[in-house]
Amino acid sequence: MKNRTIKVDYLARVEGEGGLFVKIKDNKVVDVKLNIFEPPRFFEAFLRGRHFTEVPDITARICGICPIAYQTSSVRAMENACGATVDGQLRALRRLIYCGEYIESHALHVYMLHAPDFLGCEDVLDIAKAHPDLVKKALRLKKIGNDLMVLLGGREIHPISMRVGGFYKVPTKAELQAMVEPLTWALDFALATVKFTSTLTFPDFEQDYEFVSLRHPDEYPLFDGRIVSSKGIDIAIDEYPQYFEEQHMAHSTSLHSVVKARGAYHVGPLARYSLNFDKLPEVAQKAAKKAGLKQTCNNPFKSIIVRAVETVFACHEALRIISEYKMPEKPFVEVTPRAAVGHGASEAPRGMLYHRYRIGADGLIQEARIVPPTSQNQRVIESDLSAYVNKNMKLSEEKLTWQCEQVVRNYDPCISCSCHFLKLHIDRQ
Amino acid sequence: MATPGPIVVIGIGNDFRSDDGVGLYVARAIGALNLPGVTTIDGVADGSNLMTAWEDSRAVFIIDCALSGAEPGTIHTFDALTEEIPADIFPRFSTHAIDIPESIKLGRLLENLPPRLTVYAIEGENLAAGADCTYKVKMAAEKVVAMMRKAIETLPAESDNDC
Repeated sequence: MKNRTIKVDYLARVEGEGGLFVKIKDNKVVDVKLNIFEPPRFFEAFLRGRHFTEVPDITARICGICPIAYQTSSVRAMENACGATVDGQLRALRRLIYCGEYIESHALHVYMLHAPDFLGCEDVLDIAKAHPDLVKKALRLKKIGNDLMVLLGGREIHPISMRVGGFYKVPTKAELQAMVEPLTWALDFALATVKFTSTLTFPDFEQDYEFVSLRHPDEYPLFDGRIVSSKGIDIAIDEYPQYFEEQHMAHSTSLHSVVKARGAYHVGPLARYSLNFDKLPEVAQKAAKKAGLKQTCNNPFKSIIVRAVETVFACHEALRIISEYKMPEKPFVEVTPRAAVGHGASEAPRGMLYHRYRIGADGLIQEARIVPPTSQNQRVIESDLSAYVNKNMKLSEEKLTWQCEQVVRNYDPCISCSCHFLKLHIDRQ
Repeated sequence: MATPGPIVVIGIGNDFRSDDGVGLYVARAIGALNLPGVTTIDGVADGSNLMTAWEDSRAVFIIDCALSGAEPGTIHTFDALTEEIPADIFPRFSTHAIDIPESIKLGRLLENLPPRLTVYAIEGENLAAGADCTYKVKMAAEKVVAMMRKAIETLPAESDNDC
């Protein structure tokens, strides 16, 4: 059959609601649409007129899985606007709570959402039937990430402790010390997860991506440094609007982001890893090499290994921060509003998350712009789908549809965030 | 004798989606009663966290908003150890998170269910943006609080029910 349509009305194991449509004519893909139909949520509009100190609590509501990313990018943008510097132990605590989010989010995606694809399982319930101990350990790993977020953020969903300038409350050394034993177990299990994911079978599929992520001179990046790309971009965070733009597509309630000069780009674990391998701790570098990864990974299916490597990083980094922790005298630095524009970017588990705000001298927000990772990856997901279907045209309808869903899940897309997404539809003509 | 595990009350929902917040409303109302041995949790990020939330507990009560098409304010009560919870009783906004029935199935597979597990699902009327439950749903919530209080107060001190 030369012409066909592959359609998935509701993609499973992704965050939010979206679908997929692939049209094939004369054995060639002629159209791919990642349809995002989850309603837009207008966060940028209703942030206008709110006080600049409200941003972490409002933007945390964008996502139940990665609220820390939204809080961090927003407070960093406000601090940038107001000329405030948050460093020392307060900065370290921000990295620590971010590590909790990496552990929780990556454990969820690796084991509950992504692993079923490789194991031929429908969902995590299927995995639990065959490998109950593995799922128990995965749940424990995820809980350790959650516990870290609760300890620093005050609660599991939409944490409440982060504020512009630092935190409302910081933990004692003893409170953090109690996390050492579980994090030490988590580090061991994260290493075992790298080994487990490396044994999975991956399609031979590499793409010439433009990877984009933050890069910091001394650390694996979480929320500061410069924005760099594998094709030469090396800019300050506040230069983001000059190099990247969002485009409205009729089939999506989420904007598509492109590099102005070139088009699609790729954010997320593969980008971060490939642009910052040298900044990973030795334990994570060794685990990656042993798992067969090179310093650059262009196979999106192998993002499951990279997420496991990043979980090793997060556990190791959390333990490092706790060992060096000294409780700060004051949980925050004073931040005085001024009429200015501020930019903030952080590396959410799914990729770089950019925020820009214009505030007045009264501290009220006049303009807000939020560019989530999934909207940045939409164009590259469509490009992956087109390339993958063209390469695997002979697969049965059922298998090709399933693998197309897998291509999307490689990105752990968070549709709710980006609508601010999934169905698969392949049309063969 | 070992110290009995806590009674865990877990409210599920979203405060800013009107009746969807009813689970949180009930959990907080139970929390305000300061009943001995009771831990309340108002919200979990996704269903997989339920299994860790009820670890080592002797009894668990979960409260959520239902959207089965029944009359608003209808209270559906399930003994989750013996009854199958219909998958479509709860509103489903995400294909990403593991829902309550799936979490209970996963708990059963992992032999990780608490000795007692009761689910109250209160039929919602309005799930649009809004910070308060509708009248019928709030009335039902008060009934569930009273039902749960009685259930908690009449629980045996220790579990006599092996899962």
